[in-house]
Amino acid sequence: MNKLGRIHSLESFGTLDGPGIRFVVFMQGCPLRCQFCHNPDTWDVNLGEEYTPDKLMEEILKYKAYMNYSKGGVTFTGGEPLLQAEFILEVSKMCKENGISLAIDTSGFIFNDTVKELLEYIDLVLLDIKNYDPIVYKNVTGVSLSPTLKFLDYLREKNIDTWVRYIVVPELTDNLDNVKKLSAHLDGYPNVKKIELLPFHKMGEYKWEELGLEYKLHDTKEPSKELMEEVIEIFESNGKVVSTNQ
Amino acid sequence: MKQEWKGFKPGSWMTGIDVRSFIQHNYTPYEGDDSFLAGATDRTLKLFEQVKELMKVENEKGIVDAETLKPSTITTFGPGYLDKDNEVIVGFQTDKPLKRGIMPNGGIRVVKKALESYGYSLDKTTEEIFTDNRKTHNDGVFDAYTDAMRKARHSGIITGLPDAYGRGRIIGDYRRVALYGVDALIEQKLHEKKLLENPTLGSPDIRQREELSEQIKALKQLKEMAASYGYDISVPAKNSFEATQWTYFAYLGAIKEQDGAAMSLGRVTTFLDVYYERDLNNGLITEQEVQELMDQFVMKLRMVRFLRTPEYNDLFSGDPTWVSEAIGGMGLDGRTLVTKSSFRILHTLYNLGPAPEPNLTVLWSVSLPENFKKFCSKVSIDTSSIQYENDDLMRDYWGDDYGIACCVSAMRIGKQMQFFGARANLAKALLYTINGGKDEISGEQIGPMFAPITGEYLDYDEVIAKFDQTLDWLSELYINTLNVIHYMHDKYNYERLQMALHDMEVMRTEACGIAGLSVVADSLSAIKHAKVKVVRNEEGLATDYEIEGDYPAYGNNDDRVDQIAIDLVERFMNKLRKVKTYRGAVQTLSVLTITSNVVYGKKTGSTPDGRKAGEPFAPGANPMHGRDKNGAIASMASVAKLPYQHAEDGISYTFSIVPKALGKDMNDRVDNLVGLLDGYFENNGHHVNVNVFDRETLIDAMDHPEKYPQLTIRVSGYAVNFIKLNREQQLDVINRTFHKR
Repeated sequence: MNKLGRIHSLESFGTLDGPGIRFVVFMQGCPLRCQFCHNPDTWDVNLGEEYTPDKLMEEILKYKAYMNYSKGGVTFTGGEPLLQAEFILEVSKMCKENGISLAIDTSGFIFNDTVKELLEYIDLVLLDIKNYDPIVYKNVTGVSLSPTLKFLDYLREKNIDTWVRYIVVPELTDNLDNVKKLSAHLDGYPNVKKIELLPFHKMGEYKWEELGLEYKLHDTKEPSKELMEEVIEIFESNGKVVSTNQ
Repeated sequence: MKQEWKGFKPGSWMTGIDVRSFIQHNYTPYEGDDSFLAGATDRTLKLFEQVKELMKVENEKGIVDAETLKPSTITTFGPGYLDKDNEVIVGFQTDKPLKRGIMPNGGIRVVKKALESYGYSLDKTTEEIFTDNRKTHNDGVFDAYTDAMRKARHSGIITGLPDAYGRGRIIGDYRRVALYGVDALIEQKLHEKKLLENPTLGSPDIRQREELSEQIKALKQLKEMAASYGYDISVPAKNSFEATQWTYFAYLGAIKEQDGAAMSLGRVTTFLDVYYERDLNNGLITEQEVQELMDQFVMKLRMVRFLRTPEYNDLFSGDPTWVSEAIGGMGLDGRTLVTKSSFRILHTLYNLGPAPEPNLTVLWSVSLPENFKKFCSKVSIDTSSIQYENDDLMRDYWGDDYGIACCVSAMRIGKQMQFFGARANLAKALLYTINGGKDEISGEQIGPMFAPITGEYLDYDEVIAKFDQTLDWLSELYINTLNVIHYMHDKYNYERLQMALHDMEVMRTEACGIAGLSVVADSLSAIKHAKVKVVRNEEGLATDYEIEGDYPAYGNNDDRVDQIAIDLVERFMNKLRKVKTYRGAVQTLSVLTITSNVVYGKKTGSTPDGRKAGEPFAPGANPMHGRDKNGAIASMASVAKLPYQHAEDGISYTFSIVPKALGKDMNDRVDNLVGLLDGYFENNGHHVNVNVFDRETLIDAMDHPEKYPQLTIRVSGYAVNFIKLNREQQLDVINRTFHKR
């Protein structure tokens, strides 16, 4: 079967989406509408360039030496990669045949039998939990939180290594009580190996303008060092490994 | 066994001149980490403060001082010191630190011009002698140049030729002086001369007998020079200090007399480590003292200076000397050649701060000890002062005792030398193809009068067929020009000391080069995959191009264009191979521009890839600025495809990345850079300069140079002090692709 995938872009030297050097595949299309999204150009499911699994695989294999030596691999991100789980599944099978490690960066919003099958091949899930309060979550993303938490349960059931990503946006996701609750919730998940805290930045703002979309966070500031440290402290005091790219 | 060799393991090195054998029998591979390293001593720091003061003066004035009367030989100047009490390793090129000597054997005009550009004037008598009585290399070359050669030089299709100054790129085996002492080397040379007492003495033998005599004289002068500092180097070095000092004296002798474009050091650290280990094991020296020797040795290497003209600085900016030292690598027997001293020499970048010289070149192998890989990576991230070359690739060609001359040219130490050949401008050659041999800027007929291409749109097959003919012409002209240059250089400016530190029979390479590879590859790709319309002026000369549609650009790991680049290298190399060379030199090719990519661009009209007239080329084998769009690795992967077997003189790639793009924290960054280098070299990349800094830092340094006296940046094949580049070149560096997410 040669299911086509819609791909926004490829990055040959990713170092921020999983361990080692990553070949990063930005999949096109996303059901979420996060206010702080820095890639709104990946939302529309009809855009992007079409790839067959073989064509993408051919690209991936060009970078095998870099992935091997750095203990890196391929990361599917987006957009929401699981919208195209079938395509990714095909590519993932080939990657596994070539000994290439796989990561997927997802909101956990999509869950179905294909996703389940795909997860058999995935070594690491980067799970973006945009907020722990269902109301705030809905406000931030436009969709509901519960699928993501169910997805997390499934990852625990299958014991799949997971890094939880949380984006710290002042006055939007910086309610420390919520953060504490999320941290406490994660206590029950031994498969969660790391918390990645991403400080909000506005480098994607210009894309919103280009797309004629209203950017609601124009006046929002990047989080202060103090705020980041407070959030780090919450997770660390719960015994979590925390990383941030400040 | 000689007294000085006590404690060394015997081997064939004892019965003949064979430094490699000495190293192989005696060195101690080191697989540990950097925790043993020692900081700088007080003496070193005190001395270095004075050096920095002098360099500040130099930055302000251009040069500190220059000789105007006496041409430099090994013994022209008596001993010179900066601060005798704190100087552990001694010796300067002239009587004062940073004072520049004059070496008119290469050409008197250049000396005169260089002096005048700094406000000095050449002594009248000296000028007369080298004009009327003593012919120079430069005069010899121009006596023999053909009209075609003069035209090619003047139009800039062949540029940077060493026809007016020393050719450089010859590495003496400076270690021989330390290991054997000068007397043993003289004895060997006398023996070699005897071998040339043939019944029929042809001119090659006569030339060689004369050269050997010159070599012997140079060795005697070397002893004399060292004696003026109070050291007897007629005998082997007996300890760590002497081994370092003797090696430096040998190198110093070379740079007192020759001002070749690149005066590289070779591969001395693992050799010296044998002495350091012996003394450390015997409790005769401490780690701190060893590091002091290394720091002070390196400090001297940072103070090597030659007198250059402003035009020279445009080509090779930032006052480079290419004191290249090859570090690490693997032995043929599978042991690593990394020693503690490989760490120590890199550690000078912390003890003395970052610096462009010596040109620290790590010979990378995927099999290097992990600790060393990580240390190199960390030093690169902190200082941007290292270049890396593929030992796994080169070891197959050159064994495990080769060094790097200049930027990327590998040669077996003491067994091989090269005839440096600068480079041909392939982008211009493509434009000559389109314009029937006429220069696109002047309109002058430079190449043979081929029929020009007259169609409105360029046709790939037609262009390739005619380009091939242009390259036939260019390759013949190029090699013949080099033959003239090197014939004359041997005659009038022979490197007698450097060659005295070689075997009698050496392998010579005729090291040609190309500039504009990415411009031509992209141009041909545009012609093939898009439509390129020619814009002609009133005389019918093609002066500009309009591209309709997109084309795959080199630097995106796309075979549709990368294959064109590969074909170009192989095609041109095969043409060079057909032309007969002086002294039977083996033709080689480099893809290297140094900083001359800016000047080449200036002298070249608009090209079919969309580059406008006067805009810089990409340096070396780099993709054109901003056209590599798939990230850092896609870019380097394109470069790694270029075939080393057709570019044995080296393929230079310069890589700049912002720290954040390497990873979230220092540990990630160190590991990811190691992974990047492993991947690149596993895929047969030949060379890479690694720069890690933010664009903002460079912009700030342009505006506030005083804040960044030691900011070092790697350019094509060497490193420079950023603030020493001219503004145009600084902008070129800043505009280059910085990889960031």
